Amino acid sequence: MKIHEFQAKEILRRYGVTTPRGRVTDSPEEAREICEEWGGRCVVKAQIHAGGRGKGGGVKLAESPAEAEDKASQILGMQLVTPQTGPEGQKVRRVLVEEALDIAHELYLSVTLDRAVGQPMIMASRSGGMDIEEVAEKDPDAIVRQHVDPHLGLLPFQARRVVSGLELTGGTAKQASKLLAALMKAYLDTDASLVEINPLLVTGEGDVLALDAKMSFDDNALFRHRDIADMRDLSEEAASEVEASKYGLNFIQLDGTIGCMVNGAGLAMATMDIIKLYGAEPANFLDVGGSASQEAVANAFRILVEDDDVQAVLINIFGGIARTDRIARGVVGALEELGGVDLPVVVRLEGTNVEEGRRILREAPYDFIVAEHMADAAEKVVSASGGANGEER
Amino acid sequence: MAIWVNEETRLLVQGITGKEGQFHALSCREYGTNVVAGVTPGKGGQEVEGIPVFDSVDQAVEATGANASMIFVPPPFAADAVMEAAAGGLDLVVCITEGIPVADMLKVQAFLEDYRECRLIGPNCPGVISPGIAKIGIMPGHIHKQGKVGVVSRSGTLTYEAVWQLTNLGLGQSTCVGIGGDPVNGTDFIDTLRAFQADPETEAVILIGEIGGSAEEEAAAWIKEHFDRPVVGFIAGRTAPPGRRMGHAGAIISGGKGTAKEKMEALSDAGIHVVESPAAMGETVAKALGK
Repeated sequence: MKIHEFQAKEILRRYGVTTPRGRVTDSPEEAREICEEWGGRCVVKAQIHAGGRGKGGGVKLAESPAEAEDKASQILGMQLVTPQTGPEGQKVRRVLVEEALDIAHELYLSVTLDRAVGQPMIMASRSGGMDIEEVAEKDPDAIVRQHVDPHLGLLPFQARRVVSGLELTGGTAKQASKLLAALMKAYLDTDASLVEINPLLVTGEGDVLALDAKMSFDDNALFRHRDIADMRDLSEEAASEVEASKYGLNFIQLDGTIGCMVNGAGLAMATMDIIKLYGAEPANFLDVGGSASQEAVANAFRILVEDDDVQAVLINIFGGIARTDRIARGVVGALEELGGVDLPVVVRLEGTNVEEGRRILREAPYDFIVAEHMADAAEKVVSASGGANGEER
Repeated sequence: MAIWVNEETRLLVQGITGKEGQFHALSCREYGTNVVAGVTPGKGGQEVEGIPVFDSVDQAVEATGANASMIFVPPPFAADAVMEAAAGGLDLVVCITEGIPVADMLKVQAFLEDYRECRLIGPNCPGVISPGIAKIGIMPGHIHKQGKVGVVSRSGTLTYEAVWQLTNLGLGQSTCVGIGGDPVNGTDFIDTLRAFQADPETEAVILIGEIGGSAEEEAAAWIKEHFDRPVVGFIAGRTAPPGRRMGHAGAIISGGKGTAKEKMEALSDAGIHVVESPAAMGETVAKALGK
């Protein structure tokens, strides 16, 4: 789960990470007042989950309270397009108004899980403000890496090693070590999957602060962090995905024309891949779960056909725990509720109770296109949707 | 022959009194697995269709000589169940539970350092089946056929798909291992391949990977050096968008790493028959075996 910058900073401050003074608001007038509080110079920052906000015009410096109000009114309500949002952008509902500080250096700092080693890893570099992937590509030696035993936490010498890799000295080095320890503790305590400070600021006076902050969390651990789970912002997620999550469905909205309903994550991805291989694009990823209930299937189907871009639906179910007759009843039930649909529906059923499942589909008053196997299903759904890439439509 | 699960397996089921645990304990027994005990703390003394239930793994092992466990314990308590099984001296622990926090699995990993003889499979996996002999897991037994192709996979239903293609071509399986879809797990591709390498009757292997992490790349490097039989590989998620978790906790392209393309290239470079279409896994094995 992702959260906003202002929420991440709130959590990090609790652990002793220093950040610029700031407050979040949804009103330009209040932005002016906050700016006054910070002494008349501030930075107005759009709060959306996607990164690259500065590039899209979502981060602006204001030299006066009046300018802060002006910039805030420009940013609030805009559809902010960044390299991570997609072309439609994301609506800005809140801005963070922070004191403007003088910048001597910008550094990079993050903690994430190194899956290959099975330990959290700190990554740090002198090139703050740049994507770490970009740094890794251009100058891999410029990245300092430090694994941390999650049960011991960050050891003081490990913190010193990172800090000296960042070429910090004196009081600045001490502050950075302290910040690093606080960051690591926050990462471990909150079951975070990522903490990223980009940039980490060193001021002209040698003070160290988190100028930006990004945190995301292990969804599987949210049950023990109610306060963090409450920070979820549904307006940042696609409406169809929020709807699907109510029924325990794993759903991700994509740009194609073939709606897919599959059981199991691996088979769902493989189904998307084979649609592409036959020349069309999947409209979504949808895993109805290993033990898909009739109700979940009916809701899944409804969400699929509500997408206007969908030209055809492919249902690919390999019943292991999920019984194919239950899936078939769910689909037929959804069609009854919707009063039928104006789309071709290709169904491929295999596995437990498959004869019964196929019989239910055959006897239902709808024209399902029945497929024999996966390749057959892909071919049929692509051709039913109007052909490869819609060329023949 | 088969790996890990066979006639010697004496299975206990942790979480047997839950709905899923009970259902799958019985379906394993029906398939031929020797299910000797169940464990649910506080429910010792009960029975599930003739299977005695104990309060702890230790008690179950002492009374029944169990040597393997299948875990259906809910996510908040599952890591503890795995560690209890290891401490109880079991050789094989198959954790079906989906949704265990990563931090809990890191604890498990550290704990298992002291129990090197204990093999953990999963979590978030369908389990292990040696067709015609026994199964520890939730896979539908009837789609399998006893034979000579090993299958190892990060996915559940996609594994069933591969198995079904093989069975329809008359190609049986020696053992099918689902290593699970989580970012931190027990047994990995290489552990499984090493066991297949030591099994003279496994003639070919299907390896099914997916986006996220680097387990497939590491497997490819190992295969190039050590594995002497044909391997057919498929990687799910070529059309997955970066930064999104595709159902499995471990299936995510992050920081441009863990893409299907990279993995397919690594497998190809190691001489593995990489299939572009998930519908072609079975027939590619048949070709590789000259059948």
